[in-house]
Amino acid sequence: MLLALTLLLVYQLLGEVIAQFFALPVPGPVIGMGLLFATLAVRGAVSDELRGTANGLLQHLSLLFVPAGTGVMLHFGRLADEWLALVASLLISTVVTIAVSALLLRALMRALMARGGADAGRES
Amino acid sequence: MNPVTPRLGEIWVYLSASPLLGLTLTLLAYQAAFWLHKRCNGHPAANPVLLSVLALVAILWATGTPYATYFEGAQFVHFLLGPATVALAIPLYAQLARLRRLALPLLLTLVAGSVTAAVSAVAVAAALGGSRVTQLSLAPKSVTTPIAMGIAERIGGLPSLTAVLVIMTGILGAIGARYVYRLLAIKDEAVRGFALGIASHGIGTARAFQESEQAGAFAALAMGLNGLATALLLPLLVSLMTG
Repeated sequence: MLLALTLLLVYQLLGEVIAQFFALPVPGPVIGMGLLFATLAVRGAVSDELRGTANGLLQHLSLLFVPAGTGVMLHFGRLADEWLALVASLLISTVVTIAVSALLLRALMRALMARGGADAGRES
Repeated sequence: MNPVTPRLGEIWVYLSASPLLGLTLTLLAYQAAFWLHKRCNGHPAANPVLLSVLALVAILWATGTPYATYFEGAQFVHFLLGPATVALAIPLYAQLARLRRLALPLLLTLVAGSVTAAVSAVAVAAALGGSRVTQLSLAPKSVTTPIAMGIAERIGGLPSLTAVLVIMTGILGAIGARYVYRLLAIKDEAVRGFALGIASHGIGTARAFQESEQAGAFAALAMGLNGLATALLLPLLVSLMTG
């Protein structure tokens, strides 16, 4: 577990350094995720230790958003002033984004299958 | 007067200055929220993030504790977002074969979803009289917290407001997705996960993992890619819209 955690932090650090060095608009951890994904794809395997630690972290991913979410208390004033615009915007935009993405992806996957892309889109 | 009361007061003064209290409170609130979530058979409306935040805000408000004091302890939990984001590479890797086959549909959907999320949020807020700062803080609301805050800063929004809007978006998507999917008869786990990851980043991903490993992996992919796509597209869109 300690080895896996060290590995995750090293990849995050690498991502952070790359983001800063090239002044990228993308945060370090996301670049770190990309680097680790590329490493695994090249190596062709994941160690049990890394898999176990990742599962442990991701099992309670929700917990990690709680501190930032509690920051809502800093913005009660603005939320009270503009609640209608904010609530309507979040609600409509979230539903529309989910619907558009899901319908488009389903249509594209069906088109891919129809074009004879073997078993593309089906369960492997 | 009871001699115990001043002692308790001293202990409170001591503890409220130490990070231990904020950290422990965060974990306790989450444990309670998670217990409640399970008691409700994992119903998405009993969202653990929502319940924890409500409990913490109530406690901080009742004790008159400033958010900054609380965050000194909670930052240790907040920090783990970084390694957890990196760890998303592992479920993603498990879907490698399927990702290869679906690369083109996924990429097209990503661009459409990313633009839809930002434009619809800004348009609705503008139509209902939301201020310019509010609109710009809303624009990156569908991407994961650290990326969204960075984008908000760049385009002229308020990063700390964006962080809150991001979390609210995540909770709304985690709660609402199943109803949208039922209405549109979306059954494929990959589609369900990917769309939720685009719209609702990490909180949507956490929800998708509860549905299935496959939905979770596609949500994680969508979250990562949408962070990238929005970081690249949004500054461009904003400069186009403002002329």
